[in-house]
Amino acid sequence: MNTSLQIVVSGSIVPDPLQTLEPVTSPGGPALKNEMMLPAVLDPWAAHALYEAAHLALAQPGSKVWLVSMGPKAKLQQVMMTVAQKVPFELVALDGSASGFTDSFATAAALAGAIEAIPGLDKSRLLLFGGWESASRGAGSTIQMTAERLGITEQFQGVDRIAVREDGSFEVLERIEGGRHQVSVCTAPPAALGWATGFLPEPRNNPQVGMANMKTVMPALQRAKAATAADAGLRFVSVSLPKQQRETRIEKNMAPEQIAREIVAWIREE
Amino acid sequence: MESILLLAHTEADGTLAKPALEALTAALELGGELTVGLVGGAVEPAANLAAAAGARRILAVTGEPFTQPRYSTDAAAAEAIARAAGAAIVLAPATARWARALPGVAYRLGGRIDTHATGLAERDGAPAVNRWFYRQRMEAVLTRTARPWLVLLDAGCFAPWSEATPQATPARAAGSAQVEFVAVEAPQSRTTVTGIQAPKADEQTIRPDAKLLFVAGAGWTKKQPDGAVHVEEAQLLILGALRGAQASLGGSKSLVDLSGEGQAVLPFMTHLNQVGQTGSTPRHQKGLSTCCHGEEPHVVGWRFVTERRAVNLDPNCGWSRGKADVVYVADAFAVVRELNRLLG
Ligand SMILES: Cc1cc2nc3c(=O)[nH]c(=O)nc-3n(C[C@H](O)[C@H](O)[C@H](O)COP(=O)(O)OP(=O)(O)OC[C@H]3O[C@@H](n4cnc5c(N)ncnc54)[C@H](O)[C@@H]3O)c2cc1C
Repeated sequence: MNTSLQIVVSGSIVPDPLQTLEPVTSPGGPALKNEMMLPAVLDPWAAHALYEAAHLALAQPGSKVWLVSMGPKAKLQQVMMTVAQKVPFELVALDGSASGFTDSFATAAALAGAIEAIPGLDKSRLLLFGGWESASRGAGSTIQMTAERLGITEQFQGVDRIAVREDGSFEVLERIEGGRHQVSVCTAPPAALGWATGFLPEPRNNPQVGMANMKTVMPALQRAKAATAADAGLRFVSVSLPKQQRETRIEKNMAPEQIAREIVAWIREE
Repeated sequence: MESILLLAHTEADGTLAKPALEALTAALELGGELTVGLVGGAVEPAANLAAAAGARRILAVTGEPFTQPRYSTDAAAAEAIARAAGAAIVLAPATARWARALPGVAYRLGGRIDTHATGLAERDGAPAVNRWFYRQRMEAVLTRTARPWLVLLDAGCFAPWSEATPQATPARAAGSAQVEFVAVEAPQSRTTVTGIQAPKADEQTIRPDAKLLFVAGAGWTKKQPDGAVHVEEAQLLILGALRGAQASLGGSKSLVDLSGEGQAVLPFMTHLNQVGQTGSTPRHQKGLSTCCHGEEPHVVGWRFVTERRAVNLDPNCGWSRGKADVVYVADAFAVVRELNRLLG
């Protein structure tokens, strides 16, 4: 039986986690200081979703992977230079904000619109992938709303594994409370999966994959339509950095036994 | 204050778990007419509690299909209750179950949703939500005009409600709650929940309710000053400390990635233990970091760990730069050996 899949991964770009971030006020609401100058990466959990998608597509002959990404065009292009070398995919780009201060409702509307417009997409074989939370908004709500707009009501979040069976059904492992996984079986696509880390390591850069991908990446970026994720009803009262600095006491000359005693006393304090 | 719906799924015995009781406190503190919506196999104990807490209406969806934590049925139940309640503000605990289902419900209701709320207060007659952006790097306070506005509250931010809570204003005598059962046709679902995978009870290293978070970093697996690696001893020491201090185990990305690469290191350590940017942000009163450098992508996961101490050989590690209260510049092997002796 045909168990080939059409996997659409939605994932945006975020500032490199090693960067220091500072909020500023802009005419459009809160933003990051020097936002356009900050080096960006593919959103980490969405990146895991992309690697899992490519892995799954290889195992199910005839499958195809798309990456739908909304962000400022120039930044998307920079990030795609690296991402394109990882695994084969076709890019669908939307030229819009990748800010964490945009709203998931509007973002989902833009993403669903772009997915609907993918020529020849067979929704009966569709798996919508994404990260279960972004590293920017961190809401964990975009995938569900995008899926709803596409009419997908089999949904999973915090996914660490998918295993497709011979009959086309698949088993999904989702993270739940207390370091456990919930196991479900879904008889067939379409379904939406918000990925956690999964079990695959990050693929090595493969220049050949990169060259093949770039043939579609550049035209997709040129075609990218302007999209908005603005929400007029959302108002930020304040955005502030936490008081980060602690007065650190640095003990360089305590014996291990002494340290252990101090730690035990500290643990036992109420 | 506008009308509020508190959504909760019940436990197998029909009671409410702690996150739901915390959300109940949040709802009562906000004020506004309260409806409690319950989903689950049994709801009576939860309904009695809601009545005692002062809920004006209690709505419930019950029946076998709604006992499974599954998107399609949970979303259908929550949607039906929200429509029946017609409340402007919908509060719910950020359990895995509601985090999966309620964003889609917000869409169906034409509303908006905010998740991971860590605070909720009245501001000019409307709620204002505190939540963090960019993986706990900055905190915002926000409000919205769109209704219904769904808000998922993170666990540990409000005290769980109990009968002893002073603001309890019983609408009815406890035990006589009037429950309005909302009829919902269970949607055709292609998904069946088949089970839970969890480490055996004595191997479970993640304990969300523990007072202490014990974090192990990649240093445990690195060459030590004697030129050798001591992974087996590291394993015994870490497990000993967890047992002795009844702690929950966190790990750095570098350490859990090593485990995932099939190397023979710390078999009990998985991505579920990872704390930080692409890991968890657990809530514990105290945290002890060992053999972990304290880099920013790791430390953002410590946002809700109040008191922090670290043991590291390097006096210039990240923890020394204002990220911990105390840094002990020492060999963690020697310190944890002593620690386990004292705790044992
Ligand atoms: C996209 C992205 C996401 C990331 N997400 C995360 C995340 O979620 N969580 C996370 O942790 N990291 C994350 N990182 C990685 C992070 O930047 C660091 O690389 C990682 O935290 C380092 O782990 P570590 O401190 O355990 O290891 P190392 O940097 O190798 O540090 C080991 C430490 O052990 C100490 N040590 C060695 N032996 C001893 C001893 N006997 N006694 C005492 N101390 C000793 C050393 O002095 C050193 O400080 C992320 C990075 C990126 C790019």
